[in-house]
Amino acid sequence: MRFWLIFKILLHPLRYAQERIDRWVLARVKRQPGPIAISRRRVYIVPTRFGYGFAVMLLVMLLGAMNYSNSMAFALCFLLAGLGLVCMHHTHGNLVNLVLHAGRSAPVFAGEIAHFEIRIENTARQDRYAIALSWPKQDANAVTADVSAQTPVLMQLTLPATKRGWLACGIFSVATEFPLGLFHAWTWAELEMACLVYPKPARPGLTPPATAGSGGHTEGGRQGQDEFAGLRSYQHGDTARSIHWKSLPKLQSPMVKQFYETTEQALWLDWTTLNHLDTEARLSQLTRWVLDAEDAQHAYGLRLPGTNIAPGKGAAHQHQCLKALALFDLP
Amino acid sequence: MNDYLSRNSLLRLIAVLALVIAPHAMHLPVWAILLIITAMAWRALIELRQWRLPKMLTRTALALAGFGGVYASYHSISGQSAGTALLCIMAALKLLEMRARRDVMIVVLLMYFILVTHFLFSQDLWTVAYLLVCSVAITALLMDCNHPGSAVPTRPLLRRATVMIAQSLPLMLAMFILFPRIPGPLWGLPSDTGAQRSGLSDSMSPGDIENLALSDAVAFRVHFDDTAPPQDQRYWRGPVFDSFDGRKWRPRIAPQQRPAEAAEFTGTAVTYDLTLEPTQQRWIFALDLPAASGLPAATALHGAAQLLADKPVSARVLYHLRSYPHYQLQPTLTSFQRRMMLQLPLNADPRTRALAAQWRTQQMDDAQIVQRALQMFRSEPFYYTLHPPRLGNNSIDEFLFDTRRGFCEHYASSFTFLMRAAGIPARVVTGYQGGEKNPYGDYYVIHQYDAHAWSEVWLAGRGWVRVDPTAAVAPNRVEQGLASALTAADGLPAFLQRQPQIWLTLSARWDWLNNRWNRWVLAYGPELQAKFLSHFGITDWSQMILALTVAITLLLSAVGLSLLRQFAPAKTHDAALRLWQSATRPLQKLGLKQQPDEGPQDFAARVIASQPLLAASMQPLLEAYLQLRYLSDVEPEAQQNLHIAAAQFTRALRTHTQAVRAGSGSRTRDNR
Repeated sequence: MRFWLIFKILLHPLRYAQERIDRWVLARVKRQPGPIAISRRRVYIVPTRFGYGFAVMLLVMLLGAMNYSNSMAFALCFLLAGLGLVCMHHTHGNLVNLVLHAGRSAPVFAGEIAHFEIRIENTARQDRYAIALSWPKQDANAVTADVSAQTPVLMQLTLPATKRGWLACGIFSVATEFPLGLFHAWTWAELEMACLVYPKPARPGLTPPATAGSGGHTEGGRQGQDEFAGLRSYQHGDTARSIHWKSLPKLQSPMVKQFYETTEQALWLDWTTLNHLDTEARLSQLTRWVLDAEDAQHAYGLRLPGTNIAPGKGAAHQHQCLKALALFDLP
Repeated sequence: MNDYLSRNSLLRLIAVLALVIAPHAMHLPVWAILLIITAMAWRALIELRQWRLPKMLTRTALALAGFGGVYASYHSISGQSAGTALLCIMAALKLLEMRARRDVMIVVLLMYFILVTHFLFSQDLWTVAYLLVCSVAITALLMDCNHPGSAVPTRPLLRRATVMIAQSLPLMLAMFILFPRIPGPLWGLPSDTGAQRSGLSDSMSPGDIENLALSDAVAFRVHFDDTAPPQDQRYWRGPVFDSFDGRKWRPRIAPQQRPAEAAEFTGTAVTYDLTLEPTQQRWIFALDLPAASGLPAATALHGAAQLLADKPVSARVLYHLRSYPHYQLQPTLTSFQRRMMLQLPLNADPRTRALAAQWRTQQMDDAQIVQRALQMFRSEPFYYTLHPPRLGNNSIDEFLFDTRRGFCEHYASSFTFLMRAAGIPARVVTGYQGGEKNPYGDYYVIHQYDAHAWSEVWLAGRGWVRVDPTAAVAPNRVEQGLASALTAADGLPAFLQRQPQIWLTLSARWDWLNNRWNRWVLAYGPELQAKFLSHFGITDWSQMILALTVAITLLLSAVGLSLLRQFAPAKTHDAALRLWQSATRPLQKLGLKQQPDEGPQDFAARVIASQPLLAASMQPLLEAYLQLRYLSDVEPEAQQNLHIAAAQFTRALRTHTQAVRAGSGSRTRDNR
């Protein structure tokens, strides 16, 4: 191991130094829930490649001005040098005192892309332009936005979600090169955001095993709302909405519409019915069944070791089931 | 990352490039201008009509054509003019291959270099304004190109660019004054540096000086230390010619190969500063006659008292000179020299020779012959005009006896011929005569139209004596300048005809401004810098660097502080909110902080529930605040009420806090 390290240092000293610096810098970033205000001391600034080219151009211009003893050439060279120095302050200022708030992140399935919403707020009176958010070492995929004075802006960072469970939003960089592209100013931040990743649903095909008495509808005596079953006379207390108005002129006394409720047997999705699969496959299959049941508007319940969710349907119920599946047996 | 260059950005880039290249249109060849315009228009059309970019082959062919064209026009690809042309063409052709925002950066660097080349051609006062405008434009362009996504509207962009340039100006001034100047050139200059060749030439034919009379460019400016000599004695000596071929006067040998002749001076010297405009020639037009000692560096006195610079004057230079108006130049002449100064072309101008021979037989001595000739010019109908008729083979004869209309070179030439024919050694001297005083600046401006030609004859016992035949024909020319000696009918150029006073005043002021500009800013080199900074006690370059570092640090800190204030979180403008916040902030010490989602009433209720003793002062504060902040029509005393309530609350809170602290202190003491 030592040998390998020495070899690496000799071959790529700059890269090794860069890695060490990065590790040290990133270790100092604190994970915070709340609004993070970008302070002056946390902003790093280095010249870009264009900045180095600009410096070389200034040097050439200076030598030319000295050679030709041309005052205006000196003036231009010095003006641009001053501009470069002033730009450093502008780029730094473009980033300072922005406030980062954690936003929402909608749950996704494993294999999809998680979106982390970050709200950037500009409390100063000056507009900020070209603020770029990106993951470390991924400047090419940065998301940029302008943040006007006194307005917040929502930006989204994407991260591929591979495993189920909580996907934490790691350290990201907020950077800008704005006024002239001569300097790259950035800061690292870590917000306490996590995206819930549901297990990847299995391919459709396998139907859930039927439990006793599922399906069909019986005529329950209860008043319901599903199927029209006839008219009866109005009784005190019925709502105005249930009155059948069309028959009123003919029959002289109001009639009320009656419905049946089709009660059906709930579908129980059970862990124990999938003993021939391993844990992840079982979770995938259960996820598929939950999705299918929700699509068919069929009430379903979930039975997992340690979790029992009563049957129901709807988006909130689906989320509850998927969440239980996602977090199954995770610390 | 979206690196695509949007249409707006590209069109802005083309506009700024056109702005930067525009002043070069005056000295680029026509084909180059057409090529640049075509390239810019083509790229604009590609963007607007969604055409395809030209292929690599086409672009390479165009680039090679550009190189070839520059070589054909200038016979080299290096040097000031050729280099500039090449730079402009390459910048325009680069447009045809750029599609990403990254490429804009390269074009921006090229544009900065093109901007520098402007100053190699001209550094007049207007170039400052041009420099600032172009800098703002290029800065705005860079800002636009570093803003991915939709384009920023033009006006805020330009405003921000102007602010940045304005903030860099003090830094530029500090560096301009304090950065140590090294005397150049470092590696030599190309042969065509600086302005074009202008002014007097090294030969004189009829019509040469006339052509100069049509130019109102400044030849040089003179500042006399004491009183200036009167106008009719201000003769500025330039090239001297002593060999005539019937039409053209030329120096027999090159002036730098003739050593200076002996000269004796009497009377007081005249000292003056002469700022010579670049001519690409070596003559320095000193006042007759320059002293041999105390000459400026890199100059030397040569034959016929011609003052020459060691190298062609390619930039504006200031010379400090001393001249003596009363002198004796070359009191003795060797027989060889005498013979050379009497030479005339064979078989030409017989009538003039006959006239000279006739005077010789009348037993007059040399001085009398000179006077006789001048008297002939004065009494006979000679005319001074800028539109003389053309002369044939016997130019002197035709002028003296037939046409009798000419400009100063005709008179000088014919007079010198006459003297030589009469056996008196004579030569033609060209240069400038006169010069007008600028009323604002206490200096004299000599223009190209003041160019003049006169004669010198050698008289025994007196050496070379100046004789100006023009003074006999048109004395006004010598005493008051060209404008008073000619009328429009005689060909007086338009710029010398009667001009409105306002125009004269303006142009005098402008010239004064340009002169100051030349002296203080453009001439700011190692010597001027050393002289200027020694006033502040800065003598050598390490002190300059130290002063520069301090200045830059201070200026940058000022900029940084102003920017920090701009980017700091804005204080709430709302006075009522501020008062409420400042009054309730001390509550945090008791652990009561207003949450962001908690309204003032709820917060007040919470405070009263937690600290009942504060209810009496909290209630009026809350009411006053709600009234001021949330009611639309407010009593005029509402703000006053809020101030009073806030003050009372603050007092009550302070005593309450102290009581609580004391109480908790005693409680802990009790609990121990």
